[in-house]
Amino acid sequence: MPEHYIPIFIFAVLAAAFPAITLIIFQYIRPAMRAVGAKLEPYECGIPPEGDARGRYSVRFYIVAILFVIFDVEVIFLFPWAVQYGVLGLYGLVTMFVFLGILLIGYVWLYRSGALEWIYE
Amino acid sequence: MGTVVEFLKPHLLPLLWAVVIVAVLPLVAGYIVLLERKVMADIQARLGPMRVGPHGLLQPIADALKLLLKEDIIPANADKWIFWIAPLISVTAAMLALSAMPFGPVFQIADLNVGLLFIVAVSSLGIFGIVLGGWSSNSHYALLGALRSAAQVVSYEVAVGLALVSGLLLAGTLSMRKIVEAQAEQGIWFVFLAPVGFFIYLVAGIAELNRAPFDLPEAESELVAGYMTEYSGFRWALYFLGEYTAMLVVGGIGTTLFLGGWLRPFPNVAAFDFLDYLPAVFFLALTGYCFYRTPKQPVPIQKAVLGLFGLLCLSFAAVLGWAATLPAEAAARGGILGAFWFLAKVLLFLYSFMWFRFTFPRYRFDQLMRLGWHFLIPVSLVNVMGVGAALVLHRQAGWPLWQGLVLGTVATLAVAAWLVLVRSRRPVAAPPAGEEV
Repeated sequence: MPEHYIPIFIFAVLAAAFPAITLIIFQYIRPAMRAVGAKLEPYECGIPPEGDARGRYSVRFYIVAILFVIFDVEVIFLFPWAVQYGVLGLYGLVTMFVFLGILLIGYVWLYRSGALEWIYE
Repeated sequence: MGTVVEFLKPHLLPLLWAVVIVAVLPLVAGYIVLLERKVMADIQARLGPMRVGPHGLLQPIADALKLLLKEDIIPANADKWIFWIAPLISVTAAMLALSAMPFGPVFQIADLNVGLLFIVAVSSLGIFGIVLGGWSSNSHYALLGALRSAAQVVSYEVAVGLALVSGLLLAGTLSMRKIVEAQAEQGIWFVFLAPVGFFIYLVAGIAELNRAPFDLPEAESELVAGYMTEYSGFRWALYFLGEYTAMLVVGGIGTTLFLGGWLRPFPNVAAFDFLDYLPAVFFLALTGYCFYRTPKQPVPIQKAVLGLFGLLCLSFAAVLGWAATLPAEAAARGGILGAFWFLAKVLLFLYSFMWFRFTFPRYRFDQLMRLGWHFLIPVSLVNVMGVGAALVLHRQAGWPLWQGLVLGTVATLAVAAWLVLVRSRRPVAAPPAGEEV
C-alpha cells in the first residue's frame, strides 16, 4: 500500500527538519564559539590528548558485526514464517525446525570454538 | 498549489498526528527526563528537582532553554559535516519509528501491513547516528564508546528479533493494528501466552537502548560519556531526545505485541466495564492532589503553576470522562480511552526501565556480550521453537493452547537453567593485563 508511505515520508522530512532548523536558528541567538585555550581539544580526562583518534581498534568489533549479519538474516527468514504460520501447520513447523537446526549446529560450533567470546584466552 | 492540496487530502488526519508528534515529542521527552530524575531521587531516598517549578515541573523548560543557548563547541579536526548530521540521524530514525506506532485505534500515522518490521528496521538506523558521532568527534573515548555501543546494540538485535517472532507466531500478522485486534479477539494479552518471550524482549530492549545496567559505553565513570563526549549544548540534547524517543519506541512495541496495546484489562468481559471510568477517576485524583498541594507552595508563582497544572489534569479528566459515556461504537470513545491505556502501559515500561537503572549494578562489557550471545540467543531460539510447537499441537492435534504453551515455557526455562549451570562451572576469563578494549 504505497499511499500509506506518503504521510510517513512527510513525517520523516518534518522530523529531520525540526532539529536542523532549530540548530540553524539558534546559531544566531547563542554566543559565537570563541576558540580559547583547550576548548577545542578533545577531552581526555585533563591530560593532553595523545596521538590521532583515527588510530587502530580491535578486530573483535568486525567479528561481532559479521556474526550479527548471519543471525539477523536467520531472524528475517523467521518473520514471514511466523506471519503465515496459521496456514503452514505441521509441515511448516518441521521445515523450520530443519532450518533452525542447521543454524543451531553452526551456532554450537561458534560457541565451542570460542568465536563468541569477547575476550580471547 | 491546488494539486498539492488534492494530493494530500486523504492523508490529512495522519499528517495532523505527524505534526502533533513532531511538536509535542521534545516537550514530552523533557518531561520523561524529569520523571527519571524524580524516580531516581525517590529510589535514592531524596526529593529530586523541587525548585524550578512546583515539584520541578518547569525544570525541563529551563533545561531546554539552557541547552539551546549554550556555546556550541566543535572540536578541532572533527569532521564538521558528519559531526553536524550524526545527532540528526539518531533523532530522525527514532522519530520515524513512532510513525507506525498505534497510540490508539485512531491515533496512528500509518497502519502499514508490515508495521512491526518497519519499526524494528527503522529504529536500527539509529546506530548510524551513534557510530558517525563517535567517529567524527576525533576523540579516543568517543570512538571506542561508539564502537562498543554499536557492538552491544547489534548483539541484542538478534535476541529482540527472536523474541518478537515468538509474539508474532501468536498474532499472525505484522500490522500493528491487527496485532492488537488479534489480542482482542483471543481475549488475552500475549504476555500471558508467551511470558518468556516478553522477558527476553524486555532485557534485550534495555540493552538495545544502552541503558543501565547495560550502559557501559556511556557511563560517566567508564568512558566519560562515550560517543557523546564531544557533544555539548543542543547537539547533546538531540542525542538524548533520540535515546528517550527510542525508549518510547521499545515500550510501544512491547505494549502492542505483548501487553495488549490500547485494550483495557479484560477487554471483552462486560463485568469489567467499570474500568472504562478508571482513566477519568485517575486524573480526578491527580487534580485533587494538585489543588491540595497548591496552598502549601512557598511562593505565589509556584502556586499559580501548580494550579494551572491541576486545571490541565482536570481537563484531561473531563475529556476522558466524556469519552467513557459515549456509546461503545463511537470512534472517539475507543480512540481517547485507547490512547490513555496505551500511554499508561508505555509509562509502565518506562518506569521499569528507570527502576532497573537505579537498582542493578552495571555489567562489564564482556559480561554483556556473553549474556547476549551465549544466553539470550539460544534461549530465544528454543522459545520460538516451543511456541511454534505449542501452536501446531493446538491447531492440528487438538490440545488446549495453554497446555502446549506451558510445555514450551518449561522447556525454554529448562534450557536457560542448563545454560546458566553450564556457565557457572566454567571459570570466567579475566582480561589479560592491559588488553581490555
